[in-house]
Amino acid sequence: MALEAKQVFFRYGNRQPWILKDCSLAFEKGECLAVFAPSGYGKTTLAMLLAGYLQPVKGEILLEGSPLPKSGVCPVQLICQHPEKAINPRWRLQRVLEESGNLRDDVLDAFGIEKAWLSRFPRELSGGELQRFCVARALMSGADYLICDEISTMLDVITQAQIWRVVLKEAQKRHMGILAVTHNRRLAQKIATRVLDLTASNGADAPLPASSPLAL
Amino acid sequence: MKKHNRRTRALLLALLTAALLLTIYLLGHLIQENAVTGSFLTARQPPSFAHPFGTDALGRDLLLRTVKGLSVSMTVGSAASVISAVIAVFVGIASAIGSRWVDSLINWVIDLVMGVPHTILIILISFALGRGLKGLLIGIAATHWCSLARLIRGEVLQLRSQQYVAVSRKLGKSSGWILIHHLLPHLVPQFFVGLVLMFPHAILHEASISFLGFGLPPEQSAIGIILSESMRYLSIGMWWSAVLPGATLVLIVLLIDRLGEHLRTILDPSSAQE
Repeated sequence: MALEAKQVFFRYGNRQPWILKDCSLAFEKGECLAVFAPSGYGKTTLAMLLAGYLQPVKGEILLEGSPLPKSGVCPVQLICQHPEKAINPRWRLQRVLEESGNLRDDVLDAFGIEKAWLSRFPRELSGGELQRFCVARALMSGADYLICDEISTMLDVITQAQIWRVVLKEAQKRHMGILAVTHNRRLAQKIATRVLDLTASNGADAPLPASSPLAL
Repeated sequence: MKKHNRRTRALLLALLTAALLLTIYLLGHLIQENAVTGSFLTARQPPSFAHPFGTDALGRDLLLRTVKGLSVSMTVGSAASVISAVIAVFVGIASAIGSRWVDSLINWVIDLVMGVPHTILIILISFALGRGLKGLLIGIAATHWCSLARLIRGEVLQLRSQQYVAVSRKLGKSSGWILIHHLLPHLVPQFFVGLVLMFPHAILHEASISFLGFGLPPEQSAIGIILSESMRYLSIGMWWSAVLPGATLVLIVLLIDRLGEHLRTILDPSSAQE
């Protein structure tokens, strides 16, 4: 019962340098794994590989022992760093949410999504408001695993806390596995049951890092 | 009076313009061919109350001929540009989402069609299909889709790499669903702008091919034929026979252009609440 990356290698072209080399990790349902690394370590690439947006050059991504399904609603959902890119600018937000199934009032309320926002177009809302829609959309799809790629980096602290509280509560209730990619050590410590430091060794588990003065 | 926002106003203006164009089109159809027969008693008259656009060298009323000609031109122009634009959408999408050899083949055909001067190609097609309205229509439709197809290919390629399309796929949507709900709505403005830009092009080609004698027969009241006839009489001072039908043609083209602008305002989400 886990989502795992098995000796994954990835590069964007045959002549490009390896971005991920022999990277392995696994996390279970009900767990919140924080992947921590500074910029340029392939965090986003790893997140996209795990969610099936990219295919590894070597190695495999296994969901409970078998490859990710190619069609149907994927049980692994990715939430990206830039919500404005993940939402069709021509769609009203009601439609954006309905793409993943029926609206759930409890999720909307928990994120503080107002009914009036639903009839607006994406560019009329701020980045933080849009990110709530992206997270809500991923949660309402009924996914078992959530890959959060720096979802709260551009949000203010209060919104950050609010979003993570809802995500973690929902994850606990539905026994979901969360993988949070971040370069914020404090956040990683706060939300994660386990922290993986890509800088320590490429892909090996590291002990929970002590908060350093460098990290915010 | 209740204050309307820009979207509502654009919608009203678009409807009004469309109604006006439709009226001209229908009026042209209602005018019988024998209503524009002239007599030499009334030949070469400058604009007056009886003949607001004056009369031509054969004594035919130019206003009636112009309206009738516009209606013919609008038929040719709109039919040819709609067919062209639809071909362009299909070809562009096929090129963007098909396999590599489909893409190369389509690009090769586009280069080929664009490489040959349009006029020559239209003459060839029109001639092969027996001239007249049908040959001209098919000729224009078959030559005007290329640049729009290229534009749409680029647009679809760009859209397909968007994150929200990838998200949609992961939410279990099929390629067909994504095409209809994510891609096609983005192509609507391109489609209409392409259509609007093609329209005057098509009319001018219709006029020039008719002028060269490969298009519409000379007794028909096409706007191109009126204009080419008037060239012969300009030197004896019959300015009205060129200026007034020409100005009307420009007016119609501008009206259609505005119609396109209003449509864009309605379709563009960034102006939704303005």
